[in-house]
Amino acid sequence: MPDKHLSSQFDSELNSVSARVMEMGGLVESQIRQAVYALSQFSLEAVETVASMETRINAMEVEIDQELSSIIARRQPTARDLRLLLAFSKATANLERMGDEANKMARMVRSIIEGGAPRSLPSSDLRTAAELASGQLRKTLDAFARLDVKAAVAILKEDDLIDKEFDGFVRKLITYMMEDPRTISPSLDLLFLAKAIERIGDHSKNVAELIIYLVKGKDVRHTALDEIESAVL
Amino acid sequence: MNATATATASKNALELRNLSFFYGKFQGLRNVSLNIAEHKVTAFIGPSGCGKSTLLRTLNRMYSLYPGQRAEGSINFYGQDILDAKQDINLLRARIGMVFQKPTPFPMSIYDNIAFGVKLYESLSKSEMDDRVEWALSKAALWTEVKDKLHQSGLSLSGGQQQRLCIARSVAVKPSVLLLDEPTSALDPLSTAKIEELIDELKHDYTIAIVTHNMQQAARCSDYTAYMYLGEMIEFGATEQIFFKPERKETEDYITGRFG
Repeated sequence: MPDKHLSSQFDSELNSVSARVMEMGGLVESQIRQAVYALSQFSLEAVETVASMETRINAMEVEIDQELSSIIARRQPTARDLRLLLAFSKATANLERMGDEANKMARMVRSIIEGGAPRSLPSSDLRTAAELASGQLRKTLDAFARLDVKAAVAILKEDDLIDKEFDGFVRKLITYMMEDPRTISPSLDLLFLAKAIERIGDHSKNVAELIIYLVKGKDVRHTALDEIESAVL
Repeated sequence: MNATATATASKNALELRNLSFFYGKFQGLRNVSLNIAEHKVTAFIGPSGCGKSTLLRTLNRMYSLYPGQRAEGSINFYGQDILDAKQDINLLRARIGMVFQKPTPFPMSIYDNIAFGVKLYESLSKSEMDDRVEWALSKAALWTEVKDKLHQSGLSLSGGQQQRLCIARSVAVKPSVLLLDEPTSALDPLSTAKIEELIDELKHDYTIAIVTHNMQQAARCSDYTAYMYLGEMIEFGATEQIFFKPERKETEDYITGRFG
């Protein structure tokens, strides 16, 4: 927040909650990176780390919500302050869901490791999508911190890439499953993994939409990309 | 602002054009143009001294009471210019009523507080007057509280009741516009809530312009909001828009408490 309120206490409350949201974002980002690592290295240790971060992220969401309701109750925010707090509230909900998806990824990795999945399955293909998704979250958090609408629009565009990766991967899995029915069970694990990655991308996209809402006061959910571009850029 | 802010396509009760106001040499309003839509609530907000009360006072020529004060521009009120020197000020004030910050009941009975103004403009029979008093007090949501003590002094009522009595008094002469100058700033939250509720009901029959220091009040009970600063109208628009995404930074700074 560049310019200050008459009430410096209000400013420090907003700053404190912004810092918390960014901290939570950072935590989710590293959780996703751990999940990607667990997948690429088939590391049970990384799987454990992902699970252990989950509790902290959940607790943060609750705490941030409490802070937000307290600010709304006591300050009756308007205009961009109001939009900021609403955006924070929705962003933390999305971040928490991303954390859930990362946790889901870790669970699938564990199941694949424990089930002794044949290495012939194309699990490494997922790495590209996973890295795309975790990179996208980082960019989203950056754009949020800088209130950068241009970057937010770029993130919306990029989500298509992850969706395409997902579709391609599903087609590939289907051929594996048709050729060798023994791969069906581990393939389903991989399918859920891929779905979790795709969902992480979707949540990043939601947060990017919130940046536009916050800065421009426009709700761009369920709006075609070219319409968004012409409306906000 | 040179551009005329337009409320909606709906009919306007008052159309202000290039309104300027002078207290002697001091200019209190600068070229204000805006429309006050019929049967809507239009709120004026802004820091002290921004001209919002001045603007309200021009709308029923309250300033004419004071020498050295003058207005320029025009205020179209259903085809007539309020600022026209030939304007009958008494009739004008019957059509554009005003309620002030502090309740100002006359030192007479509750009944007479209402009847007094009506008698100036109309000659009603006793029963017609009784009806009118009941009607006005009911409009102001005060009837049930005072119907058994109509002949007690208006001053015996609580602050909130006195203010509703003043609103009833304004309503009794059947004006088309009600001007409310910080009508709740001297009242407790419950009385304030009652007045706000009342504003919401009255707008079906009257056009209301309200000046308030309480921004949340403007947000709660108005349809349109004008933000004024240093005698100029900075921004005018639908209340939701002003409080959610104002166009101008000055407005946003003021309503978010960044004004300094």
